[in-house]
Amino acid sequence: MLPIISLGTNLVKIEQIQLAHGSGGRLSHELINGLFRRYLSNPYLDELWDAAVLPEQGARLALTTDSYVIQPIFFAGGDIGKLAVCGTVNDLSMVGAHPLYLTAGYILEEGLPLPDLEKIVASMAETANRAGVNVVAGDTKVVGRGNADKIFINTAGMGWISKDVNLSPRNVRPGDKIVVSGSMGDHGMAILCQREGLEFDTPLASDCAPLNGLVQAILTHPGIRVMRDPTRGGLATALIELAQSSSLGFEIQEASVPVHEGVRGACELLGLDPFYVANEGKLIAIVSSSEAESVLATMRRHPLGLEATMIGDVIEAHPRKVGLKTLLGVTRIMDMLSAEQLPRIC
Amino acid sequence: MKWIDEFRNPHLAQALLTQIRERAGQPIRLMEFCGGHTHAILRFGIRELLPSALEMASGPGCPVCVTSSTDLDRAIAMARIPKVILTTFGDMARVPGNDGSLQSARAEGADVRIVYSPRDAVRVAQKTPTRPVIFLGVGFETTAPGVAASILEAQEQHLDNYFVYSLHKLTPPAMRAILAAAEVKLSGILGPGHVTTVIGTEPWKFLSDQYHIPIAVAGFEPLDILRAVSMLVDQIHQNQVRVDNAYSRSVHAEGNTTALTIMNRVFEVCDAEWRGMGMIPQSGMTPRNEYAAFDASKTFETTATPVSEPSGCRCGEVLRGIFLPTQCPLFRRTCNPENPVGPCMVSAEGACAAYYQFGDQPCED
Repeated sequence: MLPIISLGTNLVKIEQIQLAHGSGGRLSHELINGLFRRYLSNPYLDELWDAAVLPEQGARLALTTDSYVIQPIFFAGGDIGKLAVCGTVNDLSMVGAHPLYLTAGYILEEGLPLPDLEKIVASMAETANRAGVNVVAGDTKVVGRGNADKIFINTAGMGWISKDVNLSPRNVRPGDKIVVSGSMGDHGMAILCQREGLEFDTPLASDCAPLNGLVQAILTHPGIRVMRDPTRGGLATALIELAQSSSLGFEIQEASVPVHEGVRGACELLGLDPFYVANEGKLIAIVSSSEAESVLATMRRHPLGLEATMIGDVIEAHPRKVGLKTLLGVTRIMDMLSAEQLPRIC
Repeated sequence: MKWIDEFRNPHLAQALLTQIRERAGQPIRLMEFCGGHTHAILRFGIRELLPSALEMASGPGCPVCVTSSTDLDRAIAMARIPKVILTTFGDMARVPGNDGSLQSARAEGADVRIVYSPRDAVRVAQKTPTRPVIFLGVGFETTAPGVAASILEAQEQHLDNYFVYSLHKLTPPAMRAILAAAEVKLSGILGPGHVTTVIGTEPWKFLSDQYHIPIAVAGFEPLDILRAVSMLVDQIHQNQVRVDNAYSRSVHAEGNTTALTIMNRVFEVCDAEWRGMGMIPQSGMTPRNEYAAFDASKTFETTATPVSEPSGCRCGEVLRGIFLPTQCPLFRRTCNPENPVGPCMVSAEGACAAYYQFGDQPCED
């Protein structure tokens, strides 16, 4: 149970975001102190200076930013707050960084119920805690009703990279193995089905999760060449980008790629390809063939890597392209999509 | 029974392929009517596995692709009428018309909204009672019953701001037009699985009775398609013509009578213009007189002048099965999914889009 917050004077309880919450005046302060600091409190944020002053790291730093816009804002497996933490933590993790600090910028639509905002901030706090990161700076703006869709969140993230970690597509060699940490397409299909009110026997849930723990576990192995989280555009797009940046060819076995039954069913019904559907808690790792089995074993010991699977190989043939060996044994090239996949009409 | 894995079994696929290879001695050209089949055939690599004597030609079964430019221009003109909200399936928004697309009209200020179902369009009409909401009804017999149901729902709720611009089309008349034109010699037809689920197998009898061409109705999994191809090859091998059903878990002789009843209650058959095939008599569906209040074409005056197809675009020939997408001079050169010249490159069900996405074979470069 969340504690019920109430903002405003004792006489008037305000239950929705108003334009005044972004004015910089008393309501803004109440929002910051009564809600954001209450959940996200840490020594850096609590100073409430114009900028967070952070300790020296003595290591290479990684910095990233991403904006989160999603409808519905609450979904099976997560919400926009959890997503905003995971997405940025995962981007840092993919370059091998230990995520440390996040900033959070909120654009709120006038009329957003305060209990919804509270749930989102609480979820951010819980996810940040799980990932071991602090939200050290923030900003809130309120726009008039109709000028935003409930809530948009931007998070920036910073992390440090240990000396012996140097991930790059340039490290990839022919003979390397391609590994995924679990099933593909869960996030995108859960969101689509919930948004469109489609229900299936097997309920779909987003895989939204912070991957830094899994990443640090596998980075104990020397043979990790490069990693990527297959978010928008899914597995296919991420693999094509990796093939292009490594200038080598990839070959993937369709039958090896884990796709949950419910996701596969929903994809078939709508005419979508799960390999192009977004994930928010999975990673692709390219690993030297000698280390591949032990990396896979390490992944499978981690709660977020139980279904980790080897799905293909790096090859010298068809450089910069990803070949998919279909279930029927025919190899075809996977291409990037020019736009979002749409359900078939017929 | 999980309904997917069973129909992707590689060993059963090989067994069917062996049967097909054994019996496909003479040159055979089959047409897959449905864009969904073209997509599945390329996605699973089935084309590569079929014997070289067996050729697959794609057909007109892509609702977005067969919508005429003139009709699309009218829809764009409707979207530009002040206060109108035009709702459409996403694929349709990107198709280039004579004067931009629905997408570009939206960028210029028209209120064009993507919906996944006509019921969503009814919801929009409920929420915005002071604005006319038009649903752009493209699709075949698979889509029309749902759109008919949306009109009945709007009527029940006394909505006076919900309209349908019905560009629905019937598939058997298009198949008949292709055979009557005799531009392409076909040995058999891979029948559309979803359409036939709705209309039943009876409407395809004319293929054997009048044109002596076999048809096998197919589902969309690899084994569905291979089984239908195998049935067609058998018919050809044995010199027989009949309507076979390789999709019996979904298709029944009488079709979906509930869907047909709703469709026929709201719509009546009319002549319709098909992109690439011109006017085909009795091949469209328009709201009956008692539903005229919901008919956007009767409520919103638009003018659109007939236009010629973009220079060099061979979508018409592709839709009639005369050209493979790869034979179009624009394919991959000036026409691609980012900058589509014709509709077959836009829609997920379009043959050109399927060949573009899946048709590339691995080669050293």
